[in-house]
Amino acid sequence: MSTNHNSSDESGVSRRGFLKGMGVGTVSTGVLSNASLHEARAAEPGVKGPGDTAIVLKINGKNKQLNIEPRVTLLDALRNRLDLTGPKKVCDRGTCGACTVLVDGDPMYACSLLAVEAQGREITTVEGLGTPEKMNAVQEAFIDRDAQQCGFCTPGFVTACSAFVRDNPNASVDEVKNGLGGNLCRCGTYAGMVLAASDAAKEKGSA
Amino acid sequence: MAKVAWPEKGDRKILGSRIPRQDGPPKVTGTAKYSYDINRPDMLWGKLVTSPNAHAELISVDTSVAAAIPGVKAVWVDEELVGDELRYVGQVIACVAADTEEAAIEGAEKVKLQLKALEHQVADDDVALSSGRPSNKEQGNLDEGFAGADVVVEGEYGIAVITHCCLEPHGQVTEVKDGELHVWPSTQNVSRYANQFGDEIEIPQNKIHVDTQYMGGGFGSKFNIDKWGIIGAKLSQETGRPVKIMLDRKEELMIAGNRPSGFAKIKVGLQKDGLISAVDAEVWGSGGQGAFRAPPIPYVFTKVPNTRLVGKGIRTNRGGVRAWRAPNHPQGALLTMSAVDDAAAALGMDSLEFFMKNAALTDRPEVYREELQIAANIIGYRQKAHARGDSGSGPVKRGLGISMHTWGGRGHPSECDVTINSDGSVEAKIGSQDLGTGTRTCIAMVIAETLGLPYEAVTVHLGRNSYPQSGASGGSTTIGGISVSARRAATDALNDLLKTVAGRLGTTDDKLEASAGRIHQIEKAGGGVSWREACSMLGPNSITKRGINNPGESQQEGLISAGVGGVQIADVSVDVETGIVTMNEMVAVQDCGLIVNMKLAESQVYGALIMGITYALYEESIYDSKTGIMLNPDMEFYRLAGIKDVGDLKVHMMTGKGYDDRGIIGIGEPPAISPGAAISNAVANACGVRVPSLPLTPERVIAALQKGGDIA
Amino acid sequence: MNPFEYVAPSDLREASSLLGSRWGQTEVLAGGTDLVTSLKQGITKPKRLVSLKNIPELKRIQVKKNTVRIGAMVTLRDLAANATIQEEFPALVTAIDGIGSSQIINAGTVAGDLCQRPRCWYFRNGFGLLAEDNGDSLVRTGDNRYHAIFGNDGRALFVNASSLAPALIALQAEISIVGAAGREREINAGDLFQAPNNGEDREVALRANEIVSEIKLPRENMQNASYEVRHRHGLDWPYATASVALKIRSGIAREASVVLGHVAPTPWPAVAASNLLNGARVDASLAEAVGEAAARGAKPLSGNAYKVQMVKTAVKRALLAAANA
Repeated sequence: MSTNHNSSDESGVSRRGFLKGMGVGTVSTGVLSNASLHEARAAEPGVKGPGDTAIVLKINGKNKQLNIEPRVTLLDALRNRLDLTGPKKVCDRGTCGACTVLVDGDPMYACSLLAVEAQGREITTVEGLGTPEKMNAVQEAFIDRDAQQCGFCTPGFVTACSAFVRDNPNASVDEVKNGLGGNLCRCGTYAGMVLAASDAAKEKGSA
Repeated sequence: MAKVAWPEKGDRKILGSRIPRQDGPPKVTGTAKYSYDINRPDMLWGKLVTSPNAHAELISVDTSVAAAIPGVKAVWVDEELVGDELRYVGQVIACVAADTEEAAIEGAEKVKLQLKALEHQVADDDVALSSGRPSNKEQGNLDEGFAGADVVVEGEYGIAVITHCCLEPHGQVTEVKDGELHVWPSTQNVSRYANQFGDEIEIPQNKIHVDTQYMGGGFGSKFNIDKWGIIGAKLSQETGRPVKIMLDRKEELMIAGNRPSGFAKIKVGLQKDGLISAVDAEVWGSGGQGAFRAPPIPYVFTKVPNTRLVGKGIRTNRGGVRAWRAPNHPQGALLTMSAVDDAAAALGMDSLEFFMKNAALTDRPEVYREELQIAANIIGYRQKAHARGDSGSGPVKRGLGISMHTWGGRGHPSECDVTINSDGSVEAKIGSQDLGTGTRTCIAMVIAETLGLPYEAVTVHLGRNSYPQSGASGGSTTIGGISVSARRAATDALNDLLKTVAGRLGTTDDKLEASAGRIHQIEKAGGGVSWREACSMLGPNSITKRGINNPGESQQEGLISAGVGGVQIADVSVDVETGIVTMNEMVAVQDCGLIVNMKLAESQVYGALIMGITYALYEESIYDSKTGIMLNPDMEFYRLAGIKDVGDLKVHMMTGKGYDDRGIIGIGEPPAISPGAAISNAVANACGVRVPSLPLTPERVIAALQKGGDIA
Repeated sequence: MNPFEYVAPSDLREASSLLGSRWGQTEVLAGGTDLVTSLKQGITKPKRLVSLKNIPELKRIQVKKNTVRIGAMVTLRDLAANATIQEEFPALVTAIDGIGSSQIINAGTVAGDLCQRPRCWYFRNGFGLLAEDNGDSLVRTGDNRYHAIFGNDGRALFVNASSLAPALIALQAEISIVGAAGREREINAGDLFQAPNNGEDREVALRANEIVSEIKLPRENMQNASYEVRHRHGLDWPYATASVALKIRSGIAREASVVLGHVAPTPWPAVAASNLLNGARVDASLAEAVGEAAARGAKPLSGNAYKVQMVKTAVKRALLAAANA
């Protein structure tokens, strides 16, 4: 397997510092021990991997080139290769929602999606929703209602909630609770979240 | 001259207000960098190899296949364990460091362990499995107590082992470079982290740099450096590269935090007026490999005249225990409050009346009575209350349940530096940590209050061991500790500034004070000079003062105190045809002395309620007797409550006379104590039978109903 | 996780040809919500994943006069949002809502739901689908609170995890399958599932190189509903579910079908309950009796007798909901 995890913006902006030095590696062969599969490979030009394969992901509006193995999840590509650490790794099994990103606008678990599968789709992480200087309505409402404590689940909730509010302006409290059923918090910030999501939904409805 | 004493109610500008947390923007935008998020140049990923057996002899560790995997750079093995016994599943044996997380995981999977299985024991609920000498604590005369009782009720109750399940797992990034060690751990204990390397690493403590800006939950489980902390340092030393080791979810749930179980057989004697006359409790449970301490029974009702508490520990081949919010109190509360509420029901006495009556047996009767009354009013107790089981004919039964709790929460030793610069800027440095409780925000508020400045004017630096040392965040001790050290430092710094300003204004410092951004004659706000102007009088110098919280002294001065009381009432529905318990509403009434930030204090109580609902209804660490493994080391079957599961929550903080004047007391843990008991009592009130053990899963509810004869 | 190859052909037959002939060599990747977790857990270690994401015809819902044809890769969200499904098949909508997570519903697919692996905690912790240790069932002697109460005479004791299957079976759906060399076959939805009795078979009655391509749902004007008993109100696995489809003429039930979920290694048709229902007048007391009938014959393991009560309730409530639909 190769460990060449270069990445660069379309603009050619250099990869981030932490990636340096990860570029030297060897491509292993023979991972496919099954003979029939191995032989079939030559005739199957579409087959990628098991070593690094070049992919392009569109993340927060920018194309990012990556060389990664097919086994790398979107979450690990974001966090470990692109330093987009807003989405968190918590359960890593598609249960807790901390890794939530928007795929073509819809919330999904980035831990349960392979990065290769995300090609051709618009990925939005929490970093793409707002900045500390210019937050979206959900982010502001989360602060106003103190809908976070340790904050580790917060990016996932903010992401899921942003999509929910966009699709459900003026949502009722019950609808808010339904909409955020795929995320879990440990510190116990649901009371604030319900209020925050309702505030943001109202704002969306009146906009 | 500024005084250290907290300002009186009318004089508080910032203390007690609802200021949003300072680190909200980085948290909601995903830019806050937690330890897990630290990516260093050239960083390696470390993945642990752990015992698959609950009990085995480790004969050998073969790392050859793992080491040959492309990308794997180093494998550390605990050689001292080879030939020794492994005592629980998840025990750390080795660690594989690789260029990528994927290669590290694959490498860890391919380390071959040769094991000889030994007999294991993972059950923690059977008193017959207990070993060692039982503890025994007696008060008064039990025989007399029961002889004088009009009603004697006996029952068995229990509460399962739960895990901390911090969303950010335990772990750290470690970088040894040029003889210095930099570490970004997820810790509750920044100031006392470096010394825990001990002799394991030959780097002097003054060359160890600890940095924790954001951490994703601890709840009592993150005080220690842990084995993975040492391994990270060793692997970084060996490879010359930074190493990130974060536990995976399975490891996190097995080895990084367990709250002991508690099971008890309890006999309660009541007089006919409802007053408890005797409590006899035999309690057992497990602290995994460690010792078992009997939870306090009777809890809160410490003045019950005749009591006996026998404690029996069960050793299990399971991961060790760690402090979990208010250690032993949730167990004590559940076991006590269930038993006494059953006794009240047997007597036919209303629960509220019963708790009111027995408040006399607590350390703070007036406080509990006042809180009971407030809680009852908020939830509409008298409109909703009914006798146990008297809940109508439909399948969904509604009920109310009450519990009370207490906790210490006195501020810990803490030191803080406050600097006033000649440009007017103010900053604080403190070796504390913000677990999400709002520590940063509260420090800034205390200093701003002291200096008469807006809250935004104060910059707080924390989370580094290079800053003045401050205690670990445990025992609800942080808010008291950091508030006093910040207050003292800011007061001293201000008094220095006042001296300088007094000289320039031709007055004396005892005639000056700071308020609303100005330094002026006492009670002549708006006069004098602006803060900026005053600071410019310092010339090229700045003022830095260190404030120290010595808990004993500060308590004598009335800055901090200990001992809070809280009351909670739960309103639940039980679907007796499915066994599903639904939270309708829950009220928490809580005191914690002088409140620094009302918004954040309330958030702590909401959080504790939700965590309490979670362990009352869902959480349970399930082990398999035969294989010795944890069956639910994941977040599917180790269930945390979701946003739809917690009902409507109401929090009332006690303030004003009798509360504010006690000084600051911690709040994080106490409200997490009562939910299990209050909810269990509510379920009993709703469906007419006691579901003896938490969590109140449908399987347990149905079993209790079938035993009680309510459903076929 | 082992490394693997990845291929995403644009043609269904090609996809089938890229699959190995034995289970475990290759896996079909749909929404990934279960497979990616399974890969991390090491319960499957394929050499290749064949993704269906580039095959457009699998993503269509076609509403015809007599059937609704649902492509295998239609997401659960798109299915639940379809107007015809909402109007005519509330049992499916309830089943999807019950998943409780917008993230899973957005990513998960119809065929992925049908073909997901069981959640048995012995299986997921590496003891194999049958969870046996030296020929002894770990489930029978161990913690079987979430295991089968029906169909548990054999070696398989897990419960089928599909949310949609009970409703699809009750609604008489058919499933199209494409195999090696493009061979197609159609089966009744119920025949997709099996309780394996050996270590090689899976819980779906497919060959390793076969792919579910389409679900055909007859538009028979059946009144239908599902009811789930779940511990948490949000994302959680049900303890037991019931789906009921029937016609009611002058208050009398006809063509009724009651199917249970999460109580057996396969979705479990409650034949006695269906028989009792057919020809009877639908009211609350009948619903009670049908629930009782559905639970008859249950053989709980040591720790899951409580599920019998849940079955009675789920059937009763699903039937009453269907009758009111």
